[in-house]
Amino acid sequence: MGKLYDELCKDYRFQEGLKTCINCGTCTAICPAAEFYKYDPRKIVDTVQRKNEEEIEALLKSETIWYCGECMSCVTRCPRGNAAGLVIMALRNLSAKLGWFTASEKGRQLWPLTKSLTGNILHTGYCIHPSTFDCEEYPEAGPITKWVMDNKEEVYGRLGANYEGKGPGVLRRIPQEDLDELQAIFDVTGGTERIEAVERASREKAEELGMDFDEYTKYTYEHCSVGHFNNE
Amino acid sequence: MIYQGKQKIWADYQKEIPDNHWFYVRSCIRQNFFPASEKYFLKICRDMLGRDIYESEHHTTCAGIAYHCDTIPQETAMTVVARQFALMTEAGYDNLVTSCITSFGNYTEILETWREFPELEARIREDLWKACRREFNKPKYVAHASDLMYKLRGEIAERAQFQLVHRATGEPLRIVEHIGCHYSKMFPHKGVGGAEYPCVLSGMAEAWGGQVIDYPERRHCCGFGFRQYFVKANRGYSLSNTHKKFESMEPYHPDMIITNCPGCPYFLDRWQYVISEMNGKTYGQNGYGIPALTYEELAGLVLGVDPWDLGLQVHQVAVEPLLDKIGIPYDPARKYLGMDEKKIMTPGLPTSLKCC
Repeated sequence: MGKLYDELCKDYRFQEGLKTCINCGTCTAICPAAEFYKYDPRKIVDTVQRKNEEEIEALLKSETIWYCGECMSCVTRCPRGNAAGLVIMALRNLSAKLGWFTASEKGRQLWPLTKSLTGNILHTGYCIHPSTFDCEEYPEAGPITKWVMDNKEEVYGRLGANYEGKGPGVLRRIPQEDLDELQAIFDVTGGTERIEAVERASREKAEELGMDFDEYTKYTYEHCSVGHFNNE
Repeated sequence: MIYQGKQKIWADYQKEIPDNHWFYVRSCIRQNFFPASEKYFLKICRDMLGRDIYESEHHTTCAGIAYHCDTIPQETAMTVVARQFALMTEAGYDNLVTSCITSFGNYTEILETWREFPELEARIREDLWKACRREFNKPKYVAHASDLMYKLRGEIAERAQFQLVHRATGEPLRIVEHIGCHYSKMFPHKGVGGAEYPCVLSGMAEAWGGQVIDYPERRHCCGFGFRQYFVKANRGYSLSNTHKKFESMEPYHPDMIITNCPGCPYFLDRWQYVISEMNGKTYGQNGYGIPALTYEELAGLVLGVDPWDLGLQVHQVAVEPLLDKIGIPYDPARKYLGMDEKKIMTPGLPTSLKCC
């Protein structure tokens, strides 16, 4: 058994998600990602199951492990109780840990995701917050969202939110002592270390590509090359 | 014999939902996009139906979105959730109700993983103590907010001011329900009706007079896909999946969609706008879209709450055709007012999707 496979086995999601795959392809048939992306969870699970180090390394550096939407539709339908989605989560976790996610375009997106989501959690207490929602980045949110964001105090107030207020309620300001506890949790459990590792590997990649880091962050967030979709 | 067998099978899909005393945790997405739904969940359950639901100002995200975008380790997500359990324990509650399907899936996954790997639970307890000096009991029961609303659907029906019936024809409204993947696809036995016969939303719709319609892609994901939406470059995935659902439901002429998950009503609403901008196509009648409502919004309408108090003005798809069908009165002049009836700017209009 190889080293990478051993690492995967340490992940509880891998232990839960891969029992005895019979390669029937039901996961691929039900998968929303497989319908549009060049993505086949059956093949990924089969590759991992073969325990071949080189093949697993290639997967960890591939585009394909980043196509899954983690909807877990595959879990319900697998006749042998596997969860391809959980195997994907374990692969992504290991790819992030090893810094190999920067080898693929879709993998490199991990940096803008990490920056925005963990930034929101540690500064506002929630994954998404109006104070960091930029309508320019979400044009599909439509004119109605722009109206809400341009009139936050009025609209949220009208709808009964406690926007940035003290005490309980919708969109209240999370007390600093609670944000400090979240930071402590990140520090103790490896969350902070993960953010730093992803940033470090991303900075190295930006340098390799000759981009400054802001440009790299924007590019990885916005750029989609031809070739990811089934019809391309 | 066969009937008894069916009864036994059906019993496996039922949930015994506690009637009262809940510790409530909010949703990241709903607070931003459907703030009045959370307000009315509490208003309906607490003020109208007299249930005890407690909210601590100190609770936070469960970090589920960050977890499913693969930005944090599993242990970090587990310890954030363990802190929520500690707040619940400190407040003296055993039942936890969450306003979010991703959270519901996250809490359930964590409890199930701890059941299989008790050493991991022990480690998370140690980590929580190190980080926050807190201890916790695991909840006796974790519910999604819609489970509670489903349980109370009969009491809501008794107080109904309106039925989900077409006023002109007397026919039940044709309603599409969208359950949301993390409600019961991962742990089918945790959802009302499981993954095969989910009835948490159809139960509400039918109790309030509507008719649930089936269509081929009824169980297909709305297309959120976490990183597939949050990263701008990936949103084709999200749009394509929603488009697939709308093309599938279109021949069945739904009057409305009722949704379970915080993200689903956002995507089923906003992608209709995008499809209309891209190719001029709309899925409702006469150039309108199909309104996608939360279960609290629907319950509020049935109970006679003013549509603008429920926040129906922050949907991109106009809800007025639906209100007219049911016969719910509304004042168009009050739709876009701010606090205390203050006049503020009005939103811009889409190019193709008809708005009122």
